[in-house]
Amino acid sequence: METFKLKKRLAKDKLMLWGVCLFATLTAVPLVAILGEVFLRGYDQLSWSFFTEPTPTAYKAMKAIEAGEPIPGGIANGIVGTMLMLGMATIVAVPIGILCGVYLAENSKSRFAQIVSYLTDLLQGTPSVIIGIVIYIWVVVPMKGYSAIAGSVALFVMMLPLIIRSTEETLKILPASLKEAGLALGGNEARVMLRVQLPAAFGGVFTGVLLAISRVIGETAPLMFTALGCSLIRWSIDKPISAVPLLIWEFFNDPNLQDLIWGASLFLLLFILMLNILAKYIKGTLY
Amino acid sequence: MESITPILEFKKTCVSYTKQTMAVKYVSAAIEKNSITAIMGPSGCGKSTLLRAVNLMHNLYSNIRVDGEILLNGENILSMEPIDVRRRVGMVFQRPTPFPTMSIYDNVLAGFALNGIRLSKVEKDATVERCLKSVALWDEVKDVLNKKGTFLSGGQQQRLCIARALAMKPDVLLMDEPTSALDPIATKHIEELLLELQKEVTILIVTHNMGQAMRISSKSMFMYLGELVEYGDTAKMFSEPADERTKAYLTGKMG
Ligand SMILES: Nc1ncnc2c1ncn2[C@@H]1O[C@H](COP(=O)(O)OP(=O)(O)OP(=O)(O)O)[C@@H](O)[C@H]1O
Ligand SMILES: [Mg+2]
Repeated sequence: METFKLKKRLAKDKLMLWGVCLFATLTAVPLVAILGEVFLRGYDQLSWSFFTEPTPTAYKAMKAIEAGEPIPGGIANGIVGTMLMLGMATIVAVPIGILCGVYLAENSKSRFAQIVSYLTDLLQGTPSVIIGIVIYIWVVVPMKGYSAIAGSVALFVMMLPLIIRSTEETLKILPASLKEAGLALGGNEARVMLRVQLPAAFGGVFTGVLLAISRVIGETAPLMFTALGCSLIRWSIDKPISAVPLLIWEFFNDPNLQDLIWGASLFLLLFILMLNILAKYIKGTLY
Repeated sequence: MESITPILEFKKTCVSYTKQTMAVKYVSAAIEKNSITAIMGPSGCGKSTLLRAVNLMHNLYSNIRVDGEILLNGENILSMEPIDVRRRVGMVFQRPTPFPTMSIYDNVLAGFALNGIRLSKVEKDATVERCLKSVALWDEVKDVLNKKGTFLSGGQQQRLCIARALAMKPDVLLMDEPTSALDPIATKHIEELLLELQKEVTILIVTHNMGQAMRISSKSMFMYLGELVEYGDTAKMFSEPADERTKAYLTGKMG
């Protein structure tokens, strides 16, 4: 009787294990399929000039296709635009996001902090297309034109809640004894935060920043309303500018440029993959 | 009653975590300068709570109330700036708390950095050497000063934390079961160290270890349910406790 029950339980255990493994495999299928598809289609487009030259005109591309040659040019304009806008957004979002996260972690009981925390969640859940249209009204309209600035404001707004959250959460899981030990030496709260708590939270905060970057680097919709796109390599921040995800959309819409889609996609995917691996590695090495 | 020069004096000190109950009830006691005072009592009797009142740790939590007076050199701590108090009253916690991102060297100097005090390289080197020597850690770590403090053993970490507290030259050192996480050898090191240190600093130490109290303290407090039941010479308390509850605790019938 007893052994029968035990056998039944063991069998159940085994069934569970198989079930879990099966579903885990199933979730990995789409990921691997997407990676494979993009890689197989994209890798032979990657060449040096793909990264150093701007997108060709449709006419040039058509000529090349007619002559049976590979399409000249690349996505350098998009890479420059993406880096420029991401750079500006990150430089502003990191300090503001960390300050806000510190405030939320240190005052979690105050009513105001709870409201801010809730708003952060809402902002994180706001569809990017809506953020795009609002930034269009706020920045593009008054500045009388699309610009890299407008694009980076949109990216900034999307990165902010992610950085705030990761800072807050990381600070909250630090042991209270760390802060107490700092204060017990006579430090004021600001110094203890700056020299003890934030350094200890560095791994989590930095990971949060990397994930925020990888989250917005592929955003297309908000940039359509703000950065617009441009076929030249441009470094000015007050003019329309291109971005890699914008290019993917443009290539899709232009029959002559469709061959470039996969190279651009692969570049974006590899970049995000790299950021994620880096984030994982840093989180593993720090306190 | 012999007359003493108290450096620290509790006057009807009360601490409560909630409105209904008091964790420390009307404790009054005068602590002599350059002495070691042991605080004993069963778990939950309010030893840590009393200790943390002295360096105003309770100020960090808005729900905690501290009443009465605690005098440091005649001045009421409870109406002083926490930062000023904590500079003069150091604390060593039960678990070692080296700052994980700092080197051993920077850990010793952390108090200066946290107080915004700048030292020259020469002063820094001298302070690190003096403090690490005074906790008998210098010889063990002098070649690895740039390593993280968290690489040290538990006992070494605790000595590092004591060195860090001593670097600020406090008048009073609070220690909450500083050896409870350590092995007997590390414990012995720290006890010898404390006996040496009492020349410079007044020590208030919470301990569950009666042997330890006997070995190092001149005075002892026995607390029970938040009250200070008995306070007097350690030797006398152990040989002829005045209160039944103290007797029961010391003979192992309680706690
Ligand atoms: N943060 C807190 N919030 C509410 N009650 C607390 C808190 N800390 C301690 N207490 C209560 O206060 C009383 C005294 O606790 P305290 O930590 O001072 O005891 P202790 O004598 O140090 O015990 P131990 O020997 O176990 O460390 C206990 O009844 C405890 O439940
Ligand atoms: Mg305690």
